[in-house]
Amino acid sequence: MKFREAVCDATRLAMEKDSSVFVIGVGIIDPRKVWGTLSGIREQFGDRRFIEVGLAEDALTGVSVGAATHGLRPIIVHHRIDFVLLTMNQLINHAAKWSEMFGRQQSVPLVVRAVVGRGWGNGPQHTQSLHALFSHVPGLKAVVPTNPTDAKGLLLAAIEDDGPVIYIEHRWLHEDDAPVPPGYYVTPLGKAAVVRTGTDATIAAVGPMVAEAMKAAAALEQTGLSAEVLDMRTLRPLDSDTVIQSVVKTGRLVVAEGDWSPCSVGGEIVARVAEQALSALKAAPVRIMWPDICVPSSQTIEAKFYPGAREIQNAVMSVCNHYSQGQTIQNTVKKFDGPF
Amino acid sequence: MKTDGQRELKKQLYYRMLLLRRSEERIVANYHLREMRSPPHMYMGHEAVAAGVCAALRREDVIYPYYRSHGWYLAKGGDLNEMIAELHGRATGCSRGWGGSMHLIHIPSGVMGTTAIVSGNISHAAGAALAFRMKGLNAISVAIFGDGATEEGVFHETLNFAAVYKLPMIFVCENNIYATNTHIKDRQAQTDIFRRADGYGMPGMRIDGNDVLRVYDETGRAVERARIGDGPTLLEYMTYRYLEHCGVNEDLELGYRTEDEVRRWMSIDPVHTAEKFVSEQERKNMESEISAKLDEAFAFAKSSPWPETLIAEEAGA
Repeated sequence: MKFREAVCDATRLAMEKDSSVFVIGVGIIDPRKVWGTLSGIREQFGDRRFIEVGLAEDALTGVSVGAATHGLRPIIVHHRIDFVLLTMNQLINHAAKWSEMFGRQQSVPLVVRAVVGRGWGNGPQHTQSLHALFSHVPGLKAVVPTNPTDAKGLLLAAIEDDGPVIYIEHRWLHEDDAPVPPGYYVTPLGKAAVVRTGTDATIAAVGPMVAEAMKAAAALEQTGLSAEVLDMRTLRPLDSDTVIQSVVKTGRLVVAEGDWSPCSVGGEIVARVAEQALSALKAAPVRIMWPDICVPSSQTIEAKFYPGAREIQNAVMSVCNHYSQGQTIQNTVKKFDGPF
Repeated sequence: MKTDGQRELKKQLYYRMLLLRRSEERIVANYHLREMRSPPHMYMGHEAVAAGVCAALRREDVIYPYYRSHGWYLAKGGDLNEMIAELHGRATGCSRGWGGSMHLIHIPSGVMGTTAIVSGNISHAAGAALAFRMKGLNAISVAIFGDGATEEGVFHETLNFAAVYKLPMIFVCENNIYATNTHIKDRQAQTDIFRRADGYGMPGMRIDGNDVLRVYDETGRAVERARIGDGPTLLEYMTYRYLEHCGVNEDLELGYRTEDEVRRWMSIDPVHTAEKFVSEQERKNMESEISAKLDEAFAFAKSSPWPETLIAEEAGA
């Protein structure tokens, strides 16, 4: 099942299980059905549970907050995470505060599905990741699935959760295909996954960088280095325990995150390791992050913008002080003919 | 029979307004004690709007007021003891001490959470209306906001959304002319707020917000429209705030409004104007009943426990 089909499968299962779940968004009745992530949902559940809104992201998020406090479970869908910035007042000032501000008498169970773009020159306003923005504020949770199984399990967990959850979904992963367990299951929020075990270095990866880390780990093995790869999966609450456990074993840390470095989730991971496991570190941690510029549009700059397996491989060799001439690997460039 | 009903209604409306006014006067009188450490936005002068609107609603209907919250909370039936305790930051407060004056809530009586980021609550009210529709309930939802809020984008977004879906709700604007201390003419080129409704395909009207009977009647018509599925209405109630934007004092020294203007509005004070609804004896009885309730509320607040901090000791180290 493709990643995008897994998202759709989770949506359908949640709506079949719980009649309070509904979908709301701008342009969701579009025939393309948000890249097929909502195929058949309107047909199966009807317009009462499939709310198309004019171009009013701010209001639809407030509407969702109001509906959520009255027992409904909205899934807000955005074609791009960049548009979520129009809703930050509702997410941070209202949804994140609501439960505590009113003495925990009401909860705000809502999910914000936000798609991160990449490629085909989508450029500065259609490719931001913004992981850190959504991970900073108490009262919000943020997840980043990296494979079809978790795409389904994390979305179901997010819908079940009684607070607001930002579900950051990479367009780059939509066509990834892998077997997905049938039926209803949840992938617990707040738990990283050890996707490859190793002994020489820990690679804590986020989003599409998990696949790059796996490629790097396979290449590193050829040069005699054993890397452990963690898929962080949830950015808030951040599962630093799993990172620390791994670093205690390996003594070395490389963080790979497709986002800007200042005040990033990668920065938070390094900070927690430094605070709680400094003595386990045999080398200074390294972060593989985006360059500190906006995501460019032109394909020649774009090609250099995104770090990948090669940079991760080099970083692991550097923290391991291991400079054997291994196989030079290429970063993944997916065939993507756009337009968005 | 009808006359008796009318007289009873007038009595109720007067009582509600008097409760709002005396409660806030007591807050003003005690504020200097530094026991209520929360920024209060006083409602005095607006009482007819909250009293008239809420009298036209049922208990299961919900209101989404804003940070000028005390009057709305009490008018809809929020618990007085819990409100005063909230202002004192106590665990028995309506928000358990976590909200303060700007964040009141009383779910049993339909007072939904009041918020401080102007206009955000307008969309919450639409969300409640959507939920009522989806759950097949007959309740309606009321968005309440000031004139300043109508300059925010979300006001326009929500009016459009509510009109498209014919949501069971009403939009209540309390136009008191000033956004904080800035006159509406310095903020809007076209100051007939009720006319915004036309742009979104819903009825809108401007009403004297100091005339509690007119407020009650016009709200009632809008409520009826919402309840039978004819969609939302925008009601613009003209009224006036007596005290400073935030705080318990007068503010003539700031010079943004004239003493003459304040006096003009005070001469049509909604509570005083409605005194004629009750006999002298009835009024005295109401006064002593409210006074006793306020004594009790302040005693309750002051003797209530503080909330648990929920903050680990080491976090502050």
